[in-house]
Amino acid sequence: MKARMRTTVVLAAATLLLSSCGGGGDDAPGTGNTEGAISVFNTEPENPLVPGNTTEFGGGQVMDAMFTGLIDYDQQTTEVKNAVADSITDVDSKVYTFKLKPGWKFHDGTDVKAKNFVDAWNWTAYGPNATQGAPFFSDIQGYDEVNPADPDGKSGPQPAPAPTTDKMSGLKVIDDTTFEVTLKNSSPVFKVKLGYEVYSPLPDSFFADKAAFEAKPIGNGPFKFVSRQVGADVKLTRFDEYAGMDKPKFKDLTFRVYQSREAAYPDLVGNQLDFIEELPPNALAGQQHKTDLGDRVVERDSLINQTLAFPLYQEKYKNPDLRKAISMAINREEITTRIYEGSRQPADGLVHPLLKGYQKGQCGELCTFNPEKAREHLAKSGFTGTLKIISNSDGGHSEWATAAANSIKNTLGIECVFEPATSLGDFRGKINAREMTDMYRAGWVADYPSIENFLNPIYRTGASSNDGEYSNPEVDAKLAAADTASSEEESIKLYLEAEKMILNDLPFVPLWTQNTIGGKSDRLSSAKLSAFRKLDLTSVEVA
Amino acid sequence: MGRYVLRRLLQMVPVFLGTTFGIYLLVWALPGDPFAGKCGERDCPDSFVAAMNEKYNLDDTIFVQYGKYLWNLLRGDFGETFSGVPVSELIANAYPVTLRLALVALAVEALIGVTAGVVTGLRRRGFLDSLVLVSTLFLISIPVFVTGYVLQLLLGLEWGIINPTVSSKAGFGELIVPGFVLASLSMAYVARLTRASIAETRRADYVRTAVAKGLPQSRVVGVHMLRNAALPVITFLGTDLGAFMGGAIVTEGIFNIPGIGGLIFKSIQSKEGATVTGLVVLLVLVYLVMNLLVDLLYGVLDPRIRYD
Repeated sequence: MKARMRTTVVLAAATLLLSSCGGGGDDAPGTGNTEGAISVFNTEPENPLVPGNTTEFGGGQVMDAMFTGLIDYDQQTTEVKNAVADSITDVDSKVYTFKLKPGWKFHDGTDVKAKNFVDAWNWTAYGPNATQGAPFFSDIQGYDEVNPADPDGKSGPQPAPAPTTDKMSGLKVIDDTTFEVTLKNSSPVFKVKLGYEVYSPLPDSFFADKAAFEAKPIGNGPFKFVSRQVGADVKLTRFDEYAGMDKPKFKDLTFRVYQSREAAYPDLVGNQLDFIEELPPNALAGQQHKTDLGDRVVERDSLINQTLAFPLYQEKYKNPDLRKAISMAINREEITTRIYEGSRQPADGLVHPLLKGYQKGQCGELCTFNPEKAREHLAKSGFTGTLKIISNSDGGHSEWATAAANSIKNTLGIECVFEPATSLGDFRGKINAREMTDMYRAGWVADYPSIENFLNPIYRTGASSNDGEYSNPEVDAKLAAADTASSEEESIKLYLEAEKMILNDLPFVPLWTQNTIGGKSDRLSSAKLSAFRKLDLTSVEVA
Repeated sequence: MGRYVLRRLLQMVPVFLGTTFGIYLLVWALPGDPFAGKCGERDCPDSFVAAMNEKYNLDDTIFVQYGKYLWNLLRGDFGETFSGVPVSELIANAYPVTLRLALVALAVEALIGVTAGVVTGLRRRGFLDSLVLVSTLFLISIPVFVTGYVLQLLLGLEWGIINPTVSSKAGFGELIVPGFVLASLSMAYVARLTRASIAETRRADYVRTAVAKGLPQSRVVGVHMLRNAALPVITFLGTDLGAFMGGAIVTEGIFNIPGIGGLIFKSIQSKEGATVTGLVVLLVLVYLVMNLLVDLLYGVLDPRIRYD
């Protein structure tokens, strides 16, 4: 079930390889065994192995290694770098022109051309292809024609109308190495998104025979497909004609499917498995992993935050004073040190500290433990009754939820308990159906490294992950202004103002941001975690 | 005998239909949207959900759905998982592994259990008898996951005799320790069952006659006593094979064995209805066949219960 938690890791990054073009000195290839083979923990991919339809962890890891998009993120700093794109120019952040570098090849030997991107994006966005990645193309002009919205929602009786075309009008191939994208509205953040794997190019063979492609996917990334045994493993090997800057320093990569992290952990301890990006809770309990692994523990902060969401559609939670009272009644410092032994950091805003533009202390006293003020706000709200925190209890969530409930109960002097949901599916189902009766766990894992990704999908009226039905026209206007700002600096400034306005309403209680603790075998002389909670393949060196 | 077998085979048909429909109903009619947790913290796109509903006939009534499923099943089509992998491929990967594990477990159970039972049944109240009684009590009272983790920790991590988990090939050699863990509980029951049964037959007239005739001890025990004493044991072993095939969830989880138990567990959690139904259909078949075999073995072992 832990794996399902990470389906949120819609994380981006046609990874790899572009980390630090300048820093070749200390990690130049040639150190260690460049013909080595490594095995990495994985969960069973939930979808066919096509980048546009893969938004979960198990498939995402494989797609990351096999595909490289127009841009790439530095795995350590999350900085954006050109990958297949040679240059990206835009007019008012609305019309983007992409020029591709020559020399990029797919694993079947064909060149990566402009039309491979355009075809792949059209295919992914086209409604009847039913991909999970389709909504990522909704910025582009003509998306509504290829993927018309269902008039009465997906639960309604009417089916979505058939699309009138299968090509988005905003995509135009200029020549083999140039294409142009026109957006519905200007968006400076659009180019930052493009490292996410749903924007990967697809070779011509995909469109000729999709079933054959799913059986043996062909990418343009640093690793090419060798074989897959469903339920057991996916084997990849280095693609020697890879045109990216930073080639892997080992040869064979096996993603081993485990039934659980608990099952994989003994293999890591016994050096039968080379890497797990996140250790199971039972290994972290009582610092057991430090005894077992010693200096093989790998830890870093990642683009994840944990929040408490309010179902604002329930009368009970409509009063902002109650929400503020709850936020100020939670002792974040104590919970993060006691339960997580410092692997979580108390949050002081909605935006993750790793992101460009992050500003400290946006939430101010509203996110600081203050029993007196909390009780004041509670008195002002006039609330009497009981509170509940609802969460799925797997994945180590019951511990903090219980602690937070106790913190609220002891500070405010009203009954507050943790109520476990039977499973993540059940929990998500109730949230989607807007059937949550009390506050509940929420969290966000970045799709791409941008402030925008921590605000727009969650707090805009009607946004895809605005599960609490938060709506503030002023915030919407501010976000819209930020989206369409003419420069990145301007847009960051506006996003930060929006963040401040949202925090004033407090539709979510920011709790903490998260470190990821993984482990490596002693066969790897170097292996780092990326900011995206995955193994940074460029950092791997086999002893 | 032929008619009996035929009648039993025909009886299997309603049982098969009843159980599979029950399972289908339980899996697909369960409350909760199977696609709710599928796209992480966000809702799945409408077009995705619509296509999935269409693919699994979820828009039909449950009877029509089941009818379509059964029709495909009779043509050998088990359907596909949400990720587009044919369920038959999953089954083809997992079944041989589970079968090997179950056979290893059954062998361990039968060999150790029956031997211990016979030995103690013949010499009651000796040192060996007490030893077996105490050790079986010990095995019965320890949950399987404790036995599993302890053996994995000691043999796998501390002493390095085995790999802590089983590779994806899962050969017979690798499965000996997991098989032992899986069989440990039933082994204790088999030992005690055999012991009681042997002790009972030891006092039977025909055994006294056999001894009086001067037959060698081995023949008295091996043929005259064991044959009769084996009836309850065979029943137990037969149904146990079915239990092993479906119930190895804990053992498979600890040793990361890519078998049926773990597959069912995961499929239930992710509401992979097609996989759950397909797997359980096969388990039902295994139970039915094992029951038939056990009943037929009765006739072979004890001619008095031959069927007309």
